[in-house]
Amino acid sequence: MTTAPRLYRKPISTFWWLRRRSYFVFVLRELSSVFVAWFVVYLLFLVTAVSSGTAEYERFLNWSAGPWVLALNAITLVFVLLHAVTWFNLAPRAIVVRVRSWRVPPVLILALHYLLWGLLSAIVLWVVLR
Amino acid sequence: MVDRITLQVARYRPDQETEPVLQSYEVPLRKEWAVLDGLNYIKDQLDGTLSYRWSCRMGICGSCGMTINGEPQLSCATFLTDYAPGPVRVEPLRNFPVIRDLVVEIDDFMRKLTKVKPWLIREEDEPLEDGEYLQTPSEMDDYRKYSMCINCMLCYSACPVYALDPEFIGPAAIALAQRYNLDSRDEGAEDRRDVLASAEGVWACTFVGECSTACPKGVDPAGAIQRYKLTAATRSLKDFLLPWRAR
Repeated sequence: MTTAPRLYRKPISTFWWLRRRSYFVFVLRELSSVFVAWFVVYLLFLVTAVSSGTAEYERFLNWSAGPWVLALNAITLVFVLLHAVTWFNLAPRAIVVRVRSWRVPPVLILALHYLLWGLLSAIVLWVVLR
Repeated sequence: MVDRITLQVARYRPDQETEPVLQSYEVPLRKEWAVLDGLNYIKDQLDGTLSYRWSCRMGICGSCGMTINGEPQLSCATFLTDYAPGPVRVEPLRNFPVIRDLVVEIDDFMRKLTKVKPWLIREEDEPLEDGEYLQTPSEMDDYRKYSMCINCMLCYSACPVYALDPEFIGPAAIALAQRYNLDSRDEGAEDRRDVLASAEGVWACTFVGECSTACPKGVDPAGAIQRYKLTAATRSLKDFLLPWRAR
């Protein structure tokens, strides 16, 4: 009679994500989705405040200038930038474009993403500051 | 006098140990010797009970993947002199159950590999007298990179997603599915779609990218997965917008 071998399964350490830089960045990127969600909620607060009249908008601005909200938004900005940059780095690997037999170089696809990002940011800035 | 280097080899003998222990062996340090040569020296000269897989010694068969100083490597392509003065820690591939010493169980990978149908699928074969299916160099370039996979499983060993979610189809299987999806002679993309576009397929991947770093053949499984994500999303959108053209 043969018996199945007793296999050894190595348990995963709680701190496995500290073992490598790439694992750590991966966990930070996963975490960044929480901060992206916070910016969405913050934007909804802003829209609600604007639509509720000047007094409500002033109150929102005062609340936003508070040290806690300011600190949270600064951290959020860093995480959103990490999210965006790592997402853009992924894009040329996912998008393979051929024009006839010529393959569009990955660096061009990456550059177009940054260009579009810059353009949209400039439009938003123009709307806010005009 | 011949220089020597110490190999700290993980030993797991299920009848003796409940978990692997490191055992040190001194082997000659020769500039042409890979870690695998060191293991063969141990097996032949020092301790015949050591178990490990190997075959071709030239990075083709994909049998000798191990964790060397914490990194997933082919032991035939990792040279002892790069680790001098040592010691060199040799452990089984991570993320797989260990059967004995450096031998891991690969059943899970073999099962997943067949699930993605890594072979040419034709709706109808052309008559034999019409000759071979022709392909241009550019068509071949579309999939050539993915065809280099040797099923060594270093990518699974490097992937934290596979470690946390063993249901994940995994990097090599998806890269091999893409090897056939992108082949101009293949017509099986729809057959592979259910497996690839599932939650355990490409969508489980969060693009850590370590699979591509670990790959000894430059296959870039991470790229293959991201590329299929776009394909899967585009097809789902097409099915939604043009339901009458869906499968």
